[in-house]
Amino acid sequence: MSGPINWLSQVVSVTKFGLLGIPQRRGSVAAAVFGIAGVVAVLVGVLSIAAGFRRAMTVSGTADSAIVLRTGADSEMMSGFGHASTRIIADAPGVARTPEGPLASSELFVIINLPKRSSNSDVNVPLRGVEQAAFPVHGQVKLVEGRAFEPGKNEVIVGVGAAREFSGMEVGGSLRVGRSDWPVVGVFSADGGVAESEIWTDAPVLQAAYNRGNSFQSVYVRLNSPEAFTTFKDAVTTDPRLSAKVMRLSEYYASQSTAVTTLITTLGVLIASLMAVGAVFGALNTMYSSVAARTREIATLRALGFGRGAVVVSVMLESIALAIGGGAFGAGLAYFVFNGFHSATMNWQSFSQITFAFAVTPQLLVLGVVLATVIGLIGGLLPAIRAARQPIASALREL
Amino acid sequence: MKFLPLIWCNLMRKKTRTALTLLSIIVAFVLFGFLSAIKQALAGGISMAGLNRLVVRHKISIIQLLPESYKARMEKIPGVSLVAHQTFFGGVYQDSRQFFMQNPVVPEEFLEMHPEFVLAPEQKTAWLQARIGAIVGRKTADRFHWKIGDKVPLLSSIWAKNDGTRTWEFEIVGIFDGRDANTDTTPFFFRYDYFDESRRSGWGKGQVGWYTIRITDPDKSAEAAKLVDAEFENSAAETKTEPEGAFVQSWAKQIGDIAMITASILGAVFFTILLVTGNTISQSVRERTGELGVLKAVGFTNGQMLALVLAESCLLSILGGVLGLGIAKLLIARGDPTSGMLPRYFFTNGDLCVGMAASVALGLVTGVFPAVQAMRLKVADALRRI
Repeated sequence: MSGPINWLSQVVSVTKFGLLGIPQRRGSVAAAVFGIAGVVAVLVGVLSIAAGFRRAMTVSGTADSAIVLRTGADSEMMSGFGHASTRIIADAPGVARTPEGPLASSELFVIINLPKRSSNSDVNVPLRGVEQAAFPVHGQVKLVEGRAFEPGKNEVIVGVGAAREFSGMEVGGSLRVGRSDWPVVGVFSADGGVAESEIWTDAPVLQAAYNRGNSFQSVYVRLNSPEAFTTFKDAVTTDPRLSAKVMRLSEYYASQSTAVTTLITTLGVLIASLMAVGAVFGALNTMYSSVAARTREIATLRALGFGRGAVVVSVMLESIALAIGGGAFGAGLAYFVFNGFHSATMNWQSFSQITFAFAVTPQLLVLGVVLATVIGLIGGLLPAIRAARQPIASALREL
Repeated sequence: MKFLPLIWCNLMRKKTRTALTLLSIIVAFVLFGFLSAIKQALAGGISMAGLNRLVVRHKISIIQLLPESYKARMEKIPGVSLVAHQTFFGGVYQDSRQFFMQNPVVPEEFLEMHPEFVLAPEQKTAWLQARIGAIVGRKTADRFHWKIGDKVPLLSSIWAKNDGTRTWEFEIVGIFDGRDANTDTTPFFFRYDYFDESRRSGWGKGQVGWYTIRITDPDKSAEAAKLVDAEFENSAAETKTEPEGAFVQSWAKQIGDIAMITASILGAVFFTILLVTGNTISQSVRERTGELGVLKAVGFTNGQMLALVLAESCLLSILGGVLGLGIAKLLIARGDPTSGMLPRYFFTNGDLCVGMAASVALGLVTGVFPAVQAMRLKVADALRRI
């Protein structure tokens, strides 16, 4: 007889046995399946926060854009440049040019307090003063409502995230800066990037309001090409008149997001692994009772000549099938509940709020199902071995 | 009590099953402990805030500075008994990822304002004498292995010195402990006089980050806050005054609704455990239908049957709760898993009590359905199953 085929058909028939018996054990099966679903949903849900935060940060930086900060500054908050320095940076080689001038925007970054819509408590919201070149430099920025602010006027435009999260930040609303109210004249989107959390205004207006003279905090530039970065960087960092550091915008945002994503990922993985341990115990219980309920059937099959291996494999298959079912359910649940869920949190590097959407990525879904499979594998192994080791004679006697 | 052996025997009937259920309950309570500690770390500063302290900051935002001269004006406001200020220094020791807060303060008034930082008297004297002296919390001192007498350079990205350099040198003259476990012992404090003299003139000279004021009557904090804000109304730097608790809470709220997130994770965990344990108990009751019938036949009352099954489920879940919370307590005491990002990471007694209550509740909820089944059992039906 052809061995492997025979063995395979044994596996199939024992597995069928187990799966067909599920309705009779629906209580314990449901407990295990929902248990695993819960683990996967929590894991995917928590990690989707980190993924969403990272996505908001990474979509903001294209390969051909760069940021210049003062040497030693880790974020815009701590950086500063005089007007002369910003001009030298804007005229450096590698910076793209248009008839209106170089694609460089010298910017100011301050934070103001605004109440959050959801909790009505004050949070730090970033307020950015930009130059006219900011729109082509931050390429993804598009007005979706209203109009742009007029240069020299106390007017602001707000990102869609900021408009959603913070009270009074819609067209027609206003922002209190010092002792005057600045009207909101437009709302802009930025492909889900960081700028959507911000409020923008004309840089000179903000300098005046904050007594900053003619100083800035950072310079954003668009380069001729991604390759022009080295030329630009060398020119700026070696210029004796400047004390500046240059980063690709993508690297800058990545460095800004590590603290938050590390925190969320560490805690999320910790919670999920503990939950996974609990789910393994649940799965073990289910499979032990599944095997116990079928003691006589399994012994009968063994008496008829079914091999031990077939019994082990089929019990494991049953366990894995249940686990994958639970895992898929949990991952799906996480997707429908969390994906695209809008939130805002504090970015410690800039001391201010970042709005973002939870992102349940395909990788996270796969991760969830893999975790479920591992739980099923471990949960099935010991009961499978017990089933295969049962002495046939005594098991048959058990009525 | 005399039924304890019977309950125990029932649990030991299927040792593997009981052990597995117990383990999953333990895991649930370890998780409970972890999440409580995380919540405490992210949002727990509120409970340490002094009731009689208010925080005065610039009205527009915390990054705007206030004149140091405000101190004298605040001291004159009725109901204000003490004024101290701090400024965010934003220094980096070796690596920017190793964050801890450093603030220049005026030693006497600062220590008087914050009795929760416990500093030995001789260290306080040393601090008053050493201009570049600094004191640091136990947690940060342990983290960097600092001892008294160590010279510590900090690179400040915000403040330059008169000579244009940004590296500030300090000497550790004291290491303070927290009055209780909830006190954050990660910050580093140094002298404002050294700071103000050495910082480069221009932006910020003579200005401080925020004030903490102590008021004589905690019940009148709202009135005191109004008086302070009225004092500086229509000046170049208007203020916003709020109780320290509200100030700390607003920082926690900036991270997000932490209580809601931890509660929903715990909800998912306990729902899962409820399913697993409830299923185990009802399975074991179903298997024992015959035995339960016999017990009823020999005269056990309905109430006793109910109590018997409930006691079994409660014993299991309380045992799991005690072990799980104990393990959590031990693990949490070993320090936070993110190596320093959560300064107040610990398991409070309040949360311990909530955990114990949850274990009793878990036992009752998982046991009630099988217990009612056992109670309603008809002797004749049950005995037929033997």
